[in-house]
Amino acid sequence: MTMPALVADRVTLGYDGHVVFTGLTVQIEPGTVTTLIGANGCGKSTLLKAFGRLLAPSSGVVRLEGTPVRQLSARAVARRLAILPQKPLTPAATTVRDLVMRGRHPHQTLLRPWSAEDAAKVAEAIASTGMTELADRDVGSLSGGQLQRAWIALVLAQDAPVILLDEPTTFLDLSHQLEVLRLVRQINARQGSTIVMVLHDLSLAARYSDRLIVLHEGGVLADGAPWDVITPAVLATAFGLEALVMADPASGRPLVVPLEPAPDTAVPAI
Amino acid sequence: MSSPAFAVARRVRVDAWVLLGLALLLAVVGSLTLGSNPVAPGTVLQALLDPSTDTDAVIWGSRVPRTLLGLLVGGCLGVAGALMQGQTGNPLADPGLFGVSSGASLAVVLGAYLLGFNSMTASLFLALGGALVASVLVFGIATLSRDLANPVPLAIAGTAVTALLNAVISFLVLTNASSLEAFRVWVVGSLGGRALDALPPALALALVGLVLAFANARSLNSLTLGTELAQGLGETLWRARLVGLSAITLTTASAVALAGPIGFIGLTAPHAARALVGGNHFRLLPASGLVGAVTLLVCDTVGRVIGGGQAEVPVGVVLATLGGVAFIAIVRRTKLAAL
Repeated sequence: MTMPALVADRVTLGYDGHVVFTGLTVQIEPGTVTTLIGANGCGKSTLLKAFGRLLAPSSGVVRLEGTPVRQLSARAVARRLAILPQKPLTPAATTVRDLVMRGRHPHQTLLRPWSAEDAAKVAEAIASTGMTELADRDVGSLSGGQLQRAWIALVLAQDAPVILLDEPTTFLDLSHQLEVLRLVRQINARQGSTIVMVLHDLSLAARYSDRLIVLHEGGVLADGAPWDVITPAVLATAFGLEALVMADPASGRPLVVPLEPAPDTAVPAI
Repeated sequence: MSSPAFAVARRVRVDAWVLLGLALLLAVVGSLTLGSNPVAPGTVLQALLDPSTDTDAVIWGSRVPRTLLGLLVGGCLGVAGALMQGQTGNPLADPGLFGVSSGASLAVVLGAYLLGFNSMTASLFLALGGALVASVLVFGIATLSRDLANPVPLAIAGTAVTALLNAVISFLVLTNASSLEAFRVWVVGSLGGRALDALPPALALALVGLVLAFANARSLNSLTLGTELAQGLGETLWRARLVGLSAITLTTASAVALAGPIGFIGLTAPHAARALVGGNHFRLLPASGLVGAVTLLVCDTVGRVIGGGQAEVPVGVVLATLGGVAFIAIVRRTKLAAL
């Protein structure tokens, strides 16, 4: 059996006394695309931050390819795991190329600031996200979809086998959401990267993920292939949502169709 | 790589450095030749090469040290401003934000009040000490918040300490005439009439500060993407903050000790530099230093020329007037990049 890429082993996670998870165990298999789903505030981003060493568990341990992440330096983790947070800050007066170059930071030192390998990885990241034409544009002038591709290019330039993406499709229109998710699949297929992301759109999550993990009330409610996880019962518990689940005619994956609530539970008409 | 757009971008970059280099050269030549007693460039060159002519007293005794002082102080303030804006993510941040200038001023006033010091040399060492003590105090208070990811506690601690120190200064200078005199001489930033005894220690501190600033450039590039992404890129936040804040303190303290509290350059030089070379701190830090040095030298020279042999106008006053106008022009011409 292969070693899992990431393991959260009986972790307790929270912020300032407010506990989100107690003794949670989640394992991520290498080379897969896994998506964390669940209602707002269920702890998707919290778990992602713990995987990315941005949040220290108060008990339990997070392992990256078998090694506890707290035993690794921030730089050592950054060479093996890249994380794109929900709202990175767009820097002033910076070109796309300059932004993507910053993805190489964990590979550089004061004495070896820039190498041919850095240049090659940056060019590759820019090309594979379709940003070549825009490489010299100021990031402040990009559209939402272009900017998101620039951020993904930065993460790709980091050249880490594990990639964590926190809501990479937020604020994008549908076609740009699809563009980003296709890019994620491409990265996974081409480089065998392990990808863990947080998404809100259940049908898109089902369409582009190998595995879904539904988080609810401090634990894992359902975990598995899209068809095993996206069921009316799970949706009712996790989201309080009455919905039909049918086969998406385009992908064959589950498609969630929300139903209107019964008249007596509906919001009264004004 | 070889797309026309990239070639244009490269040419613009190179031109910015050539422009900065030429501006620096002109500023240095101006500072050496112009003043209450103008000296022709040829004569200056002669005096520089052969220090036995009549003018060498003016050139070597006054103009050369003053020009070097201007380069050092302006450069330090420009770099400190870029560091401060990068560390706090605030485009209005100024190196004085951490109480460095107020700490220096209070030390000078206290020296006059308690110990009767009023020599320029005493002021210089007092200012250096006061600046360092104030910034250590600010960092100490900010560390109590245990949230190094967040620059806000630092800015709040700096603002609070500055207000407190200024209150004490006001109390002292309003109640004690000799304190007021020491403060009055000190508070207007100037390159003239400053004793150079404190130059070696201030220069040493400034050099350490500049080395730390350059060592902080990569971290600043990450920090401007937000603290979470910076950590994801392998940044250790407390280390990045410590190096940056030490660099800010050392460069600002030595500049303030040498020339008094000179405002404006730390705030504006990084904006001009960002418009010229972009937001990458490997280029932004040196460019801010160059812009700061050029600005200070030019304003100092202007102050000497309009003084016309009698009372020269201190560079702090010239900066506030000319610099304000220039800054409005920059704001109008270029869309200032929000950080």
